Amino acid sequence: MLYNFATILVFLVFGCLFVGVNLLLSRLLQTRNPFPMKVSTYECGELPEGDSWIQFNIRFYVIALIFLIFEVEIVFLFPWAVVFKHLGTFAFVEMMIFIAILLVGLAYVWVKGDLEWDKPKQVPAQGLLP
Amino acid sequence: MPVLSANHAVINALSILPTFSETLTNVLFMVLGAVIITGLAALLALVSVYLERKVSAHMQDRLGPMEVNTEIPILKNIGHGWAQTLADAFKLLLKEDIVPAAADKKLHLLAPFIVFAATLAAFAVLPFGRNLIPSDLNVGVFYLIAISSFVVVGIILAGWASNNKWSLLGAMRSAAQIVSFEIPASVSVLVVIMAVGSLNLGEIVEFQEGGIHRWLIWRFFPFNLLAFFIFFVASLAELNRAPFDLPEAESEIIAGFHTEYSGMKFAMFFLAEYANMFLVGVIISTLFLGGWSSPFGSFLNSAPFQVFWVFVKSFAIIFVHMWLRWTLPRVRVDQLMYTSWKVLTPFAFVSMLGVGLWMILIQ
Repeated sequence: MLYNFATILVFLVFGCLFVGVNLLLSRLLQTRNPFPMKVSTYECGELPEGDSWIQFNIRFYVIALIFLIFEVEIVFLFPWAVVFKHLGTFAFVEMMIFIAILLVGLAYVWVKGDLEWDKPKQVPAQGLLP
Repeated sequence: MPVLSANHAVINALSILPTFSETLTNVLFMVLGAVIITGLAALLALVSVYLERKVSAHMQDRLGPMEVNTEIPILKNIGHGWAQTLADAFKLLLKEDIVPAAADKKLHLLAPFIVFAATLAAFAVLPFGRNLIPSDLNVGVFYLIAISSFVVVGIILAGWASNNKWSLLGAMRSAAQIVSFEIPASVSVLVVIMAVGSLNLGEIVEFQEGGIHRWLIWRFFPFNLLAFFIFFVASLAELNRAPFDLPEAESEIIAGFHTEYSGMKFAMFFLAEYANMFLVGVIISTLFLGGWSSPFGSFLNSAPFQVFWVFVKSFAIIFVHMWLRWTLPRVRVDQLMYTSWKVLTPFAFVSMLGVGLWMILIQ
């Protein structure tokens, strides 16, 4: 078992080595002539306007949160799925309840409109909240 | 069990020697396997790029690259511009590596390492034949899902470090897309695991041995077919391929997260992308299409043919990927999110519920 993970480590090291050797080789073979215009940020030929390390659309954050919840759920589902054959009806019903609770969460963000990519304006959810 | 079937024989022969030499043999086989697989991944990427060009050209009634050839007598007659991707590789090797002055230079350099190493590490568990699994992990499928989402880190890093608006937009889109489609992909993998009862890729293939009718794609009809379809669509999105190639939408954001990459660093992203295509081909064929097992039962199922079947099935899937790319128009970002969260995710759970109920009712 340990050898299996050691093999993966060797693969990771080799992946890095492959990239490293290629980059080094390229470094030795290429001609380098950087001048200010060449190393400026590409913005369709215009002079770059400001920095791009800016605050980003919150929409991505919401997607990341939903993803996180589902991913953790799936981590729980994996061991269950492996032994599912031997567990029988009770475990199945139990897991379906667990999934149903999470799907209620999905339904909530769905109704709230957080799954729409462009949300024009904040529409108050009718009948859902007091 | 590292690398190649001869491994055990060699270890047995050396068992009289101290444990140090056993360890050394094991390490040698690991390194040998890693060298072979690295070469294979690079070669497959070159072949896939050539195929992509030819397939796209013929679908658009063109010829594609026809000129690049060698003077070596036998190879000369192949023609059809077979050496085009080799020439491109050499060209990229000689290209100047431009790092923008505004970029975070260390992270800019680190990103291609992460993307390529993560892709190659995923190759370590692929079953190419009964005894041809470089690393026969008992948590194989789980490991594959984990390591393939590691690529996102490299992509975000590349986009952020470039300090370019197009790169940042491309990276954010790519990350949002990959994580969104990972949910339906993982759930459809769970369907397979429920039926097989193991995370080991070798055992999943052995479960499907004995002919085309035993492949998991036909089980629990139509639930597994649905899971296969969901996994296929999700894999297209995770590869950033058309119709889900928004992170690299040329008309909107230039080249996405690798806008500021040139020369060999760009080549590494490109290589990883095409190596990933083959990776996904093998994963789909392992999970749903019988992996190394022959579609004709025990006929043509010896070790060399097992490798042959893996390659045939994977390249069939790669061909469908290309076919879709040159047929379908690109979707919009909101349509992409709609597909993932409102169509694929609910249907993936439906498929899981269906298979679960089916298994309960039969028992």
